[in-house]
Amino acid sequence: MEKIAIIGMGMTKIEANKVSENFADMAWEAVNAALADAGMDIKDVSNLITTSNDFWDGRTISCMAVGDSSGAREKNCSCVEGDGTYGAFYAMARILSGSYPSTLVTGHTKGSESISSLITNAAFDPIYERSLGVDMITASAMQARAYMDKTGTTSEDLARVSVKNHGNAKNNPYAQLPMDLTVEDVLASEMIADPLHKLDCSPVSDGCCALILADEETAKKFCKKPIWVKGAAFCSDAYFLGDRDLAKPKSLVAAAKKAYAMAGITEPTRQIDLAEVYDAFTYQELMWAEGLGLAEYGKAKDRLKNGDFDISGTLPVNASGGLLSGHPVIAAGLYRMAEAVRQLRGEAGANQKDGAKTAVVQGLNGLCGQSHCVWVLGNE
Amino acid sequence: MGKKRVAIVGTGQTHHKSHRPDVNGQELIHEAVTRALADAELTIKDIDAIVIGNMDHFEGINYVDCWSVDGSGGTMRPIIKLTTGGTTGSTLAIGGYHMVASGLFEKVLIIGWEKNSESDTTGAITTAFDPIWDRLVFAGAIAGLAAEGQAYMAEFGITDRDAARVSVRDRKHAVNNPYAQLRKEVTIEEVLESPMLSDPIHLLDVCPRTDGACAVIMASEDVAEKICPVPDWIWGTANRHVYTYVGDVNLGEIDSMKNAATELFAKTGIREPRKELDVIELYQPYSFAGIIWIEAMGIIPRGKGSEYIWSGATDMGGELPINPSGGVIACNPIGATGLIRCAEVALQVMGKAGDRQVPDVNLGVSTGFGGCFWTDILLHGKKKPE
Amino acid sequence: MAREDHLVISSGKAVQPFHYAVGLYGSKFFQELKENRRLVGSKCPDCGKVYVPPRKVCGGCFKEMKEFVEVGPKGTISTFTIVRYTFIDPETGVQRPVPYGYGFVRFDGADTVFQHFVELDEKHPIKIGARVETVFREKMEGTIRDILYFRIIEE
Repeated sequence: MEKIAIIGMGMTKIEANKVSENFADMAWEAVNAALADAGMDIKDVSNLITTSNDFWDGRTISCMAVGDSSGAREKNCSCVEGDGTYGAFYAMARILSGSYPSTLVTGHTKGSESISSLITNAAFDPIYERSLGVDMITASAMQARAYMDKTGTTSEDLARVSVKNHGNAKNNPYAQLPMDLTVEDVLASEMIADPLHKLDCSPVSDGCCALILADEETAKKFCKKPIWVKGAAFCSDAYFLGDRDLAKPKSLVAAAKKAYAMAGITEPTRQIDLAEVYDAFTYQELMWAEGLGLAEYGKAKDRLKNGDFDISGTLPVNASGGLLSGHPVIAAGLYRMAEAVRQLRGEAGANQKDGAKTAVVQGLNGLCGQSHCVWVLGNE
Repeated sequence: MGKKRVAIVGTGQTHHKSHRPDVNGQELIHEAVTRALADAELTIKDIDAIVIGNMDHFEGINYVDCWSVDGSGGTMRPIIKLTTGGTTGSTLAIGGYHMVASGLFEKVLIIGWEKNSESDTTGAITTAFDPIWDRLVFAGAIAGLAAEGQAYMAEFGITDRDAARVSVRDRKHAVNNPYAQLRKEVTIEEVLESPMLSDPIHLLDVCPRTDGACAVIMASEDVAEKICPVPDWIWGTANRHVYTYVGDVNLGEIDSMKNAATELFAKTGIREPRKELDVIELYQPYSFAGIIWIEAMGIIPRGKGSEYIWSGATDMGGELPINPSGGVIACNPIGATGLIRCAEVALQVMGKAGDRQVPDVNLGVSTGFGGCFWTDILLHGKKKPE
Repeated sequence: MAREDHLVISSGKAVQPFHYAVGLYGSKFFQELKENRRLVGSKCPDCGKVYVPPRKVCGGCFKEMKEFVEVGPKGTISTFTIVRYTFIDPETGVQRPVPYGYGFVRFDGADTVFQHFVELDEKHPIKIGARVETVFREKMEGTIRDILYFRIIEE
């Protein structure tokens, strides 16, 4: 694969309710931040991909709301519906195709405008499942239970993820929920759906993130610290939860295998310096870390307990505070990518992992991690 | 041009109908996928990635890429969803093109589908527009298009009779297409006597509501000719998704078509599209667009479209047949519609279009329309692009 | 399963409530409407184009707009139709009554057009170029429904 770089990034602060801003306003802020970061004018960007979801936005053709404020006038553009990591993938493909030297990719969600459980209920099969009232939280609770049962992971282990990530968020100016917590606090928080306590779950959030991807020539022209794409791949598992082994992220393992092969990663635990993963729920950070090969199956809890996943550890996971500290759904994976870029540039401030050279980022689509998108990024 | 040249090597469509209660969405998708694989003599194991799309609120299913895998073949494969409203189908084709041209995937399956029978189509389209500003008074696609037709009529003095000629053409062409939903010839008088839906649009001026799916397989130049003896090469793509609010649109012209077509023809070296193109599949949801939009595309000067249509030049056997398939007026499963245009041009280039075949097609154009007067456009050719 | 009588064809209805942010620019419009019966647009500092509804960004120039200018309340029909087909109105969940006039009006002082209902009046048929005035409802609430419709006037 030819070299592709991330040369600009912009994030709005993640907040519970950006009531004074509509989608276009959020996009304007993130896009301009990304352009400023890259030292580019909108004219220097050759095409763009917006990422949004018609259900979350309560609007058919949700991309229509953000075109003008993202700079789509008189440019070729498209819209991916799904996590921002998939939008970034298409953005990259459009550069690799030779059609465009650079692509601006955005992702936005305002969780504040809808009722999340109804939105995620609509992802269940309309004929067989939806009338049960099942939503993302209940389905994830079942997955958490299956995973805990198979691996011996405990509620205390899950609570440690929450303590770590909310603590990391204290040094992240974009995070929604920086908190000083103890394991006891998490376990004492309201039980939402057994075994998930309130503090095991990510919040409802508003936010927009923008990245600028470019070919090597453009990257060198505009950017002093381009962050290079070493590998990227995505893969989907079966749809019905009953058709999958919920305790194992089979499609994540497959996507990671492909991305690692592209990046020349053979020993992820040694070659990867940090990870930003899709921790919509505490248990997911552990499950996805294992799927990414950052711990053996069922052993992520031990690495966590050992401090390996802390910022001071050997392999920080969600040094940014992760989604537990702010979860604008469709933008979530792009935020993970942007946070990895900050780390690889050495701009993560108090959360900086010293000498970080290679990061893995993961985004997902669908229920209980049906489909995963894995990126390997590096600064060399 | 892309790093890898890209060609369509197989296509498949459902027999489109107003209502398919005998299948759910996944099963409908599967019909089209199966036909496309059979056409290319491939199996799902040969497919490296899938690009799928529809418009969520027509069926009310969130994360369709994930939900549909039993029908699409997406289990343990990369699958990605693109959606841009009415342009979804052509957006998918452009997406598939870039995925293959990038060299990341060798063979990509592209699926567009819709079961418009599962909701109130106009109600769902209305939710495409801004909830605060547009939704109270907006009345779906037909009223928006009527406003365009009205503006053009006022400028050039054409009438609904001129537009009816376009409808007569497409409905006649549809008789040759076994996949079309409406296959009945009509006369100018029948169009004019059909109920007025939204002035100046009569019932027979507009597209129907359809359940249907379309699948297209694109492959890189490394394998395309091995899979298909005469593949349909994609020469280039362009699009413009310009406006945010309905009132921003320059109604009566279609800037998005003008600008996208200008870009496409410039970068592919087409100087005189009317002479160089052999066929067009135009995403033409109502008859007036058959006049207004071919002017914007640069086929004929502005204000001359109606005369050109009456001359018969765009009929089968004319100098530039438009919509040999019968087009959108004969069948409109919205998320599939743009991709059907692409597949139909592919069939023409491959010489597989049966009774609707235009002789000796070397170059063709397919388009998509949607959103807020948005346009997608693709140039197809028999010759491998330079 | 060939026989249609074996088919279950409906999976029921679903409703999803939303609370859309009007944003600061929209709020300015609705406050002016409610408190002063005034219509405002936003003006681009570069190209000078006046947008209604007001919004932050001029898409053509990719510039932030900060200036609000009064437009209307009179304007000109830029194009129109008379809607005669029925459909389920997603705003209300029931069929919208037809026929009704639906027009795009360029407010005096605006560059974009604004869509709303147009009164059907046999004495004054709607046509492109016709002058209109904005008819407000008596008790203003700060929503788009404060504008009832446009009325054709002779000038």
